[in-house]
Amino acid sequence: MAEKFDGIVVGAGPAGIAAALRMAGAGMKVAVIERGEYPGSKNVMGGILYRQPTEELVPRFYEEAPLERPITESRLWLMGDGNVVSIGCRAAAFAEEPHNAYSVLRAKFDQWFASKAVEKGALVLCETVVRDCLTEGDRVVGIRTDRPQGELLADVVVLADGVNSLLARELDMREEIRPDRVAQAVKEVISLPPGKIEDRFNIERGEGVSIEAIGDATRGLVGTAWIYTNRDSISIGVGGLLEGVGHRRLRPNDLIEHFKGLPPVRRLIEGGKTEEYLAHLIPEGGYRSLPRLVGKGVMVVGDAAMLVNGLHREGSNMAMISGKFAGEAAVEAWKRGDFSRRSLEAYVDKLKDSFIIKDLKKYSRALPFFERNPHFFRLYPGLVGRAVAEFLTVDGVPKREKQARIFDILYERGRWNLYRDLYNAWRVLR
Amino acid sequence: MEIVVCVKQVPDTETRIKIDPAGKGIVREGIEYVVNPYDEFAIEEALVLKEKHGGKVTVITAGPDRAVDALRTALAMGADEAIHIQASQEDAVDSIGAAEVMARALKEIPFDIILCGKQAVDDDNAAFAPALAEFLGLPHVTVVTGLEVDPEAGEAQVVREIEGAQEHITTSLPAVIAAQKGLNEPRYPALRGIMQAKRKKIPVSTLADLGLEGETLPARTEVLSMMPPPPREGGEKYEGEPEETVARLIKALQAEKLV
Ligand SMILES: Cc1cc2nc3c(=O)[nH]c(=O)nc-3n(C[C@H](O)[C@H](O)[C@H](O)COP(=O)(O)OP(=O)(O)OC[C@H]3O[C@@H](n4cnc5c(N)ncnc54)[C@H](O)[C@@H]3O)c2cc1C
Repeated sequence: MAEKFDGIVVGAGPAGIAAALRMAGAGMKVAVIERGEYPGSKNVMGGILYRQPTEELVPRFYEEAPLERPITESRLWLMGDGNVVSIGCRAAAFAEEPHNAYSVLRAKFDQWFASKAVEKGALVLCETVVRDCLTEGDRVVGIRTDRPQGELLADVVVLADGVNSLLARELDMREEIRPDRVAQAVKEVISLPPGKIEDRFNIERGEGVSIEAIGDATRGLVGTAWIYTNRDSISIGVGGLLEGVGHRRLRPNDLIEHFKGLPPVRRLIEGGKTEEYLAHLIPEGGYRSLPRLVGKGVMVVGDAAMLVNGLHREGSNMAMISGKFAGEAAVEAWKRGDFSRRSLEAYVDKLKDSFIIKDLKKYSRALPFFERNPHFFRLYPGLVGRAVAEFLTVDGVPKREKQARIFDILYERGRWNLYRDLYNAWRVLR
Repeated sequence: MEIVVCVKQVPDTETRIKIDPAGKGIVREGIEYVVNPYDEFAIEEALVLKEKHGGKVTVITAGPDRAVDALRTALAMGADEAIHIQASQEDAVDSIGAAEVMARALKEIPFDIILCGKQAVDDDNAAFAPALAEFLGLPHVTVVTGLEVDPEAGEAQVVREIEGAQEHITTSLPAVIAAQKGLNEPRYPALRGIMQAKRKKIPVSTLADLGLEGETLPARTEVLSMMPPPPREGGEKYEGEPEETVARLIKALQAEKLV
């Protein structure tokens, strides 16, 4: 006879662990099944972790969690035609404890995060793959793993198995992944001595920088490239819509090599050694690609539920908070002894009331818009660079004429097209 | 039958080892640990013996806190009991010290046979099994690829690998048997086993409990220095038009008498 749990979580990423923390914390008997060697061993993240959502699960986590550097400065690079326009912000508040965000290496952080769930009594089982959900009619009653005697029963199963979520697809809760709704991301961790990092990024010990780059950084693909400073390494990555990557027959590796080769990037990573290389998908479909989030005895959270705000590189926070909501809904259901779909709908209500669904709704038109208007990534970053360069070039040209030249550059696609683009972009983003 | 298996936790064979700045040890941070692969054959063989002859399998390790994971892996595979001797071993490469500690611990418990791996893949000393046998005054057979035990007769038929041949040996029991690859195929732990292993309380004893001083495994050797193997030469790169670079490549290969 298979052992029975109150709740089973599939996947020990931020979403799954958050759900387990809530359930085990309330006294439920919980098991978390993870296919990796340890939590985090398979997880990819460019590495920005936000404090506020994390504190909702582990208050004052920053006193003990393995964090790399607080992010005290954020920069945005518009790259094109060999020019870079850099906009940065060093907010006073970012430099103070408790900080707004930290760079992390997921292999370390997830392991620590999972240890918190273990402290609350959750059983975390690694190196075990969940093959499918056990069902009775349309109710999920447990899971089957790839191990001998590998079945476990549960009142509620939380699917936190990441962007590919085969399990949600098998239950017909989700559709196939569409190339226009996921980004292909490639990431490297490059080791460098802390002193070099601090010199090159102009920071002190205990400070960190995040750089987001668009334009030539992604070879004009709809997407971004990024650089984050860790303690003694740099996370660097590029992500572009899978569709664009496919159309242009780009290999993920070409994307990151191109970015690393751009002069401003090259100088930052020079002499560093690549320690890790990982390719991964990021769900970008947003509101339009939300799956069915609950069924009888089952909930879908995090990347598995496509809860990512690509524009703001928010994924781990949505994963954690959705996991928390699902955990809370499970606890309420457990107390009522009712794991029906209606009972678990509380999870969806919480999501709808929160920033998660609100933000995904707000940006639901952004991705299709940028896909239809690739010049935002292919052309405009370069135009801005040329315009600013013109502005800064002292060459005896009277300022009025200079102004006209700058507008000529910006009007390359036509004056009205520019105005229309700006207006439309404002509409989909406001 | 009382079956004892000595296990050691070692850095994962896929770990990229870095030498620490002092040059006498390795950087421990970020290392993942596994059960020494040869010890897995020993655990599997112990379980096979138990299935055939009945009895109990006890696994034992001497190491820091993290070493308990190696014991849990053995429990998940099906071992019945585990004993953890708390001892730091960060810089010790001294198998004799480990064997001495283990011998003291084993004097406290009953056993009919002791199994271990033929060597630990971290220090590759291959001295632990013979040393343990010596401390306990027992016979030992190393590099074992076949084992048949006759509990009634108190004997074992052992096959061991030697250069280009096999050696067939009869030994009296108890004895120390050091497993080689090929002895068996270690099993994939069942889910139930893993869960039971996670929940099991594992008794811990200290070196002081065994009448030894300090917190580190006693060592009779000292590491003077550790060096990484010399890096590979960078190779040569020909750049330019294919006609020209191919011609140069062919010339270079001919010069090395490779074509
Ligand atoms: C390159 C990259 C950079 C990113 N950068 C950021 C960033 O800077 N900030 C940010 O907030 N977000 C970022 N994200 C997004 C963020 O990583 C994800 O949104 C977040 O990890 C989602 O968490 P999750 O728990 O839902 O899924 P995951 O973290 O993907 O975890 C899923 C887990 O389930 C396990 N699993 C899957 N299937 C099974 C199975 N069948 N059986 C058992 N276990 C299984 C997997 O091994 C994995 O551990 C980035 C993503 C990528 C790819």
